[in-house]
Amino acid sequence: MIDAERSRSAEEFLKGLWRENPVFVAVLGMCPALAVTNSAINALAMGLATTFVLVSSSILVSLFRNVIPKQVRITAFIIIIATFVTVVDFLLAAITPVIHKELGAFIALIVVNCLILGRQEAFASKHKVGLAIMDAMGMSVGFTFALLCIGIVREVLGSGTLFSVNLFGDQFEPWVVMILPPGGFLVLGFLLLFFNWLTQKRKTVRES
Amino acid sequence: MGDLIWIFISALLVNNFTLSYFLGLCPFLGVSSRLETAFRLGLANIFVMLITAVFSYALNTWVLPYAPYLRLISFIIVIASAVQFVEMAIKKLSPELFRALGIFLPLITTNCAILGLALFSTNKGYGFVEGLVYAVGAGGGVTLALVLLAGIREETKVMDVPELIKGTALNLIIAGIISMAFMGFAGLFSAS
Repeated sequence: MIDAERSRSAEEFLKGLWRENPVFVAVLGMCPALAVTNSAINALAMGLATTFVLVSSSILVSLFRNVIPKQVRITAFIIIIATFVTVVDFLLAAITPVIHKELGAFIALIVVNCLILGRQEAFASKHKVGLAIMDAMGMSVGFTFALLCIGIVREVLGSGTLFSVNLFGDQFEPWVVMILPPGGFLVLGFLLLFFNWLTQKRKTVRES
Repeated sequence: MGDLIWIFISALLVNNFTLSYFLGLCPFLGVSSRLETAFRLGLANIFVMLITAVFSYALNTWVLPYAPYLRLISFIIVIASAVQFVEMAIKKLSPELFRALGIFLPLITTNCAILGLALFSTNKGYGFVEGLVYAVGAGGGVTLALVLLAGIREETKVMDVPELIKGTALNLIIAGIISMAFMGFAGLFSAS
């Protein structure tokens, strides 16, 4: 029984990493995924902020899942999420003012990240706290991983650095468009293409 | 007057909400498979943005100076409920308009472009008229981006596209190219 429960929570954690990855598979939470990923450090900060909001609101929603009336649940979820986003906003402003300034309004916009509301509605409001935490952790790690993928590609190509460490020396001519908006669309588009290709290749290998 | 025109053009083309701020991407990728629907969604967007501009101005003037930490929560709740009320009013007063905007109104409320509009115009310190002009420009920009993408997507349906790239990957790459074209507007005027 305990083993079954343990494997269940491991399952809920792992699905967010790859099989149901919020960005690459479900295409949720696109706004922050593209807007703040012009450098790896911004992507990481955004990922961690989203992790905090998603995990804490999942805990609260899961705890109150029998108290919140069905008719007003969406409003209640949004208020809970907005509260934690306000907390993160002030926290980041206190800890790393520079990053907070670069992310700007996009921290506040975590409220309307459809990934977070989606997990509350689809999972946290229907499961026990333990499972809800595992699910939220898995999804957040998957989201942060996706953000880092995009951020690293864009920073390496667009500024020739990685986490502000110079990679190529002085001769490198930065591919500036990659850190500008079009680069966001293009990099995510090509990453999705790459993952489609990987999945298809695996499938053909398994079939043959 | 001159300022207002630049606010409008800047929101419409240079700092296009969808193509350079990545706001409202869910409908941008989700509802852009048909030109007609895309256009209606765009109109509904302009409409909700106007309401948002009015209410965020009211909140900024009368409530938030006393409780700045309530900014996010109050924006979301007030905007969502205002849109609900206006939707009911339209349904009663003008069924034609309601049919044209249709199911999009409630969907748009939780769209990041709407909250983004409220936050950006607060950050920029816009007054009432400036806020309204900014809302129309931003809404127009979202509509423009939606219609452009929908037009191209309708074409790609009859084209011979490789199976692998179909779907979101193709849409994102198209969006990237449109966004690149919009970068050309960056030199339209110098921000001052």
